[in-house]
Amino acid sequence: MQILKPIGNSVLYVGQTVGEMIALLCEMLYFFKEAPRNLTSIFRQMSIVGIETLPIAMLVALFVGMVLSVQTGSELALYGTQEAIGAIVGLSMVKELGPVMTSLLVAGRVGSSMAAEIGAMQVYEEIDALKTLEINPVRYLAMPRLIACLFAVPALVAFAMVVGIIGGGIVAEVNPKIDVPFNVYYENMTRAINYKDIVKGLFKAMVFGGIIAHVGCYVGFKASGGARGIGESTTRSVVLSFLLIMIANYLLTRFMI
Amino acid sequence: MFSDDKSNGGNFLGNFWAKVAHGFSPAIIEGETCQIYHEGSNGVSIEIEKLNKSFGDHHVLKDIDLSIKPGETFSIIGPSGTGKSLLLKHIVKLIEADSGRIIINGHDIEDPEVRNGSSDFRYSMVFQSSALFNSLTVGENVGLWLREKRICPEVRIRRIIQEKLRLVGLEGKEELRTSELSGGMKKRVAIARSLAMNPDLILYDEPTAELDPVTSDELARVIMSLKDKVKLTTIIVSHDLNFALYLSNRVAMMHDGEIIALGTPEEIKKSQNPIVRNFIYTTTKGIQGEGD
Ligand SMILES: Nc1ncnc2c1ncn2[C@@H]1O[C@H](COP(=O)(O)OP(=O)(O)O)[C@@H](O)[C@H]1O
Ligand SMILES: [Mg+2]
Repeated sequence: MQILKPIGNSVLYVGQTVGEMIALLCEMLYFFKEAPRNLTSIFRQMSIVGIETLPIAMLVALFVGMVLSVQTGSELALYGTQEAIGAIVGLSMVKELGPVMTSLLVAGRVGSSMAAEIGAMQVYEEIDALKTLEINPVRYLAMPRLIACLFAVPALVAFAMVVGIIGGGIVAEVNPKIDVPFNVYYENMTRAINYKDIVKGLFKAMVFGGIIAHVGCYVGFKASGGARGIGESTTRSVVLSFLLIMIANYLLTRFMI
Repeated sequence: MFSDDKSNGGNFLGNFWAKVAHGFSPAIIEGETCQIYHEGSNGVSIEIEKLNKSFGDHHVLKDIDLSIKPGETFSIIGPSGTGKSLLLKHIVKLIEADSGRIIINGHDIEDPEVRNGSSDFRYSMVFQSSALFNSLTVGENVGLWLREKRICPEVRIRRIIQEKLRLVGLEGKEELRTSELSGGMKKRVAIARSLAMNPDLILYDEPTAELDPVTSDELARVIMSLKDKVKLTTIIVSHDLNFALYLSNRVAMMHDGEIIALGTPEEIKKSQNPIVRNFIYTTTKGIQGEGD
């Protein structure tokens, strides 16, 4: 019987977390109607998510595109089918690697700092202070972050797709083993990629952006226990959003194909 | 609608920005008056009846009964961990009681009709950690409630911010960032932020915690001067006995989640209750030692 107790407790814990997260999500969606009067903070959050993450996201995308090209290109060259490299790099960047890699990056960079910031506000009574000032913390803090991520993450992903594809093209042209000229690469890629693929990729990115803000805010609001609690909440937000992004990615891919 | 029609000049861009920043609420556009923001507040009365709160097996507040008169400065003293902050959080509705009632000016605070910011009364709290928002400047912190509430035009908000900062002795410090402030200044900004609501009830949680004696003396003077300038009910929670005795009309001593003594500072000093005597003795030991 003693063995069952921890199992029961963790089931309760997971159930409680899921319930609270759904409640927070509903509350955030409800406050979308207040978005017009919170435009300044929405734009501030967008610039934090978008502009501050852009350089590193592009760098990552560039190398992802390059490594993809090297790996598959040299393999394809063995069979003389290296022209297909454009389609392969393009489709992977647009459908999977662009959205997923960029979102993981944003989760690690922005999601964790959201959790830390809101967590610190929770621990240092600032959330309580907001409540006594009759300011709903979900409206004031969470909703702008969610909206910002919903738009800024797809924007980042669009850049990442382009940069990754360019990186792959450069490697294909320069690498002597592959040796596919850029115009061949480009044509092959555009023939393979449908605009629907791009829309789907960006939609994925939007969902991932939502997950990042949702998790960051939830974990932040739940922080407790001083400076240590703030530290723990950053780690927890990264782990939880990685996990949810991966699960969502599978489900979205499964049902959008 | 929210404003009278006294138009104000001023630069177009600045006004436009103010409108964007405040989401085009009508109040921001023109005019001088503030809805529901009357000068001068009235202290409120507070009745706490048989309040109980537990966290799991830990019964923190046990049958608290308290009655606070309008305009009174009331202190709650006692060692750490006895539930003083928790009691305050019940009064400002941050925490719900397991049982018992809190009645402010004849209204049960659980009554959904009674909200903070309604015309009946307003309360605000100065938190132990000051709880200033460090993404905002001093002025923005003080003006936050007014701007979010959108009951005042921007010109008027600026004037109110100035006035409240003057009350706490921080004139002209609007543009400072909160990270540039000392502990005592943070407390005073937090007080100004609370005063900007024009509250009828103000609660201080450990106002002198983490402050040196000189600064806490200054803070005592600020709180004293507010008593003369603004008429409101004040509740101070503190483990600093001298501070509480100096400022208050009445003092309650809390121990283990119960009120064990209640009276004027004189009565508390003379109390025969052994726990009170012990608390007074331990907190004034050094001073007595010198006197002997
Ligand atoms: N949210 C909470 N959850 C669990 N326990 C709490 C909570 N808030 C307060 N307590 C407990 O209530 C007791 C009183 O806390 P508090 O009111 O902060 O004491 P004081 O302000 O008198 O030092 C403490 O033992 C604390 O552990
Ligand atoms: Mg306390």
